[in-house]
Amino acid sequence: MTTAAIGKYEFAPMDTVEKFPAPLLYFGWEDHLMFCAPYCVPFPPTLGFGDMCKGPFAGIYGAHPDFAKIDWDKVEWFKSGQPWQPDYSKSLAENGLGHKDVIRFRTPGLTGLKGSCH
Amino acid sequence: MDMPAKKLGLKERYGLLTRDLHWDTTYQPMDKVFPYASYEGIKIHDWSKWEDPFRLTMDAYWKYQAEKERKLYAIMDAFAQNNGHLGVTDARYINTLKLFLTGVSPLEYMAHRGFAHVGRAFPGAGARVACQMQSLDEIRHFQTQIHSMSVYNKHYNGFHDWQHMHDRVWYLSVPKSFFDDAFTAGPFEFMIAIGFAFEYVLTNLLFVPFISGAAYNGDMGAMAFGFSAQSDESRHMTLGLEMIKFILEQDPDNVPIVQRWIDKWFWRGYRVLTLVAMMMDYMLPKRVMSWKEAWEIYAEENGGALFADLARYGIKPPKGWAQACADKDYLSHQAWNVFYNYGAAAPFHTWTPSAQDMDWLAAKYPDSFDKHYRPLWENYTEMAEKGNRFYSKTLPMLCQVCQIPMFFTEPGDPTKICYRESEYKGDKYHTCSDGCKDIFDYEPEKYVQSWLPVHQIYQGNCFERGTDPTAEGFDPLIAVLQWYHMNIGRDNFDFNGIEYGKGSEDKNNFEKWRAMSTGNM
Amino acid sequence: MSTVFIAFQNTDEVRGIVEAIMDDNPHAVIDMQPGMVKINAAGRLVIKRASIEEKLGRDFDLQEMHVHLVTLSGNIDEDDDEFVLAWKH
Repeated sequence: MTTAAIGKYEFAPMDTVEKFPAPLLYFGWEDHLMFCAPYCVPFPPTLGFGDMCKGPFAGIYGAHPDFAKIDWDKVEWFKSGQPWQPDYSKSLAENGLGHKDVIRFRTPGLTGLKGSCH
Repeated sequence: MDMPAKKLGLKERYGLLTRDLHWDTTYQPMDKVFPYASYEGIKIHDWSKWEDPFRLTMDAYWKYQAEKERKLYAIMDAFAQNNGHLGVTDARYINTLKLFLTGVSPLEYMAHRGFAHVGRAFPGAGARVACQMQSLDEIRHFQTQIHSMSVYNKHYNGFHDWQHMHDRVWYLSVPKSFFDDAFTAGPFEFMIAIGFAFEYVLTNLLFVPFISGAAYNGDMGAMAFGFSAQSDESRHMTLGLEMIKFILEQDPDNVPIVQRWIDKWFWRGYRVLTLVAMMMDYMLPKRVMSWKEAWEIYAEENGGALFADLARYGIKPPKGWAQACADKDYLSHQAWNVFYNYGAAAPFHTWTPSAQDMDWLAAKYPDSFDKHYRPLWENYTEMAEKGNRFYSKTLPMLCQVCQIPMFFTEPGDPTKICYRESEYKGDKYHTCSDGCKDIFDYEPEKYVQSWLPVHQIYQGNCFERGTDPTAEGFDPLIAVLQWYHMNIGRDNFDFNGIEYGKGSEDKNNFEKWRAMSTGNM
Repeated sequence: MSTVFIAFQNTDEVRGIVEAIMDDNPHAVIDMQPGMVKINAAGRLVIKRASIEEKLGRDFDLQEMHVHLVTLSGNIDEDDDEFVLAWKH
């Protein structure tokens, strides 16, 4: 422990998984910073990965003109910054996603409003 | 004839009225009377070496502070009597005051408490007296800010419950957690955090543009409290600088500890100033200078001189310095986009820049604005005019340390969000930058306690007592805004109205009242 | 050489103070900003009580400057007669 303290310094972490209705998933769409930051949502672990992309993602990202043009088979995925291949037919849990995992997706050819990455 | 007694010189008066008030205790050992003076590892051998170059004594302090207050309140009365709120450039300006009152004024109160605490903790009389004065200054700032902005609360939305909001609203956890972090550190770290890194290195960027901005936009009230507060700041900056020199001169073992604090607190303070960057470039209708220009004058030039001066102690510029300098082309634009995204959830208004504003931004930011940000604002305006004003309805991922939505980009690439990840006791923690990751990794046991607004909302801790989240039609976003004490539909949404183009209440009232004050309606 | 600076509110009394500073520091440069006046000087700036008294036509205590100050940069050394701002390197 490196925190300088006058006594014992031990406190419970604020955000352990059991405090949430479901594990938190963080996700961001590369080259589309109109959505200013990655999002955070407690998705049920049983939610299908492909269902997440077609369902909740459409509500979240649908305002962008590029969203309708996404070819989901060509999307490049990253988990914790490393290239990663999810199975669309399996659930989030079956894809190995747990509490506070962060995934990103890149949509080749789609680079935002007038190519500005927004 | 009696000769009048010779008047004492400044140095003698200071000696008698400050140092001479100190004594070493004998009924109790000194380390019991000052129990917080050593646990951070800072070694002080001789407190008498402390110098206050202003040599201000308590009697002179009261005299000058009283004069400042008299001047200030005369202006505030004149401002209110003269309907000064209608003399500002435009109702958009008033939103900068809402940001200040909710985000900065509560920090003045925390600074008051913090300096009272560290003043008590230091065994040296010189430092104690200087901290006592600063503690009194800070509560004066807090009170005068509330007082001078109260005139706006009579006429405009969003000013009504700033302290309640400060403790709850998502973006206000940024300044709040910054100060709580400093306040919960030891007295020496607090002095480096607030006295040195914030007051000396960064405060000019907060106050000078804000006050000049107030003056430029016709706000005599904010200008008056700003200048009055700023007249104390020179003393605060000097306290911070003298404190760091004193610590470094006392023992070479202090150098690495101080360097780590400088690295940490420069970065923490810089992150808080994100709010100032967007205020300068986007919220002031009439702009004094760009954030980039202010950064160049007050950080690069002034900070450069400071760190060149401190090099003789073996102190280096803060670790995040180069990145902060490189980010000046992007910071304000990215930050305003965050507030535009979440304009439904903040108790002030947001808007897209006008064509004229964008030309100004393009001239000030020739390397970034047209390429990256103009297409964004044009698209937003187009969407809004078609009746689809864009709001993000999903909660963002936050940095575990600075608590800002993770909008910051990789050094050198403004198109890539910067993600950093750490693991501690089996859980993952995410940060927005190398600066915040370093801070987390050094003291994870402190930052696992962060009260992150997004996570707290999902844990169900941000609804009014008695709220039933299982009730039919329950809208969690509305429930959170109610818990914030926001007047939904009046405090929030676009400056141009919930129905775009119809105008927010602030905008419409300002225009109506201004017309009444300049004509005979 | 690094620049020191001092800024004051732009008030009637400050005009005399600034005139005195500019007379005593020919290398200093004035930067006018909304509501305030900033004086920049390479390396060092000296503010003399006697010169300000001359301009204001009355006794002046250098600590009266506290009422008008906005900000400054540099190491300070102050006594009854002079207020000096300087970088040491």
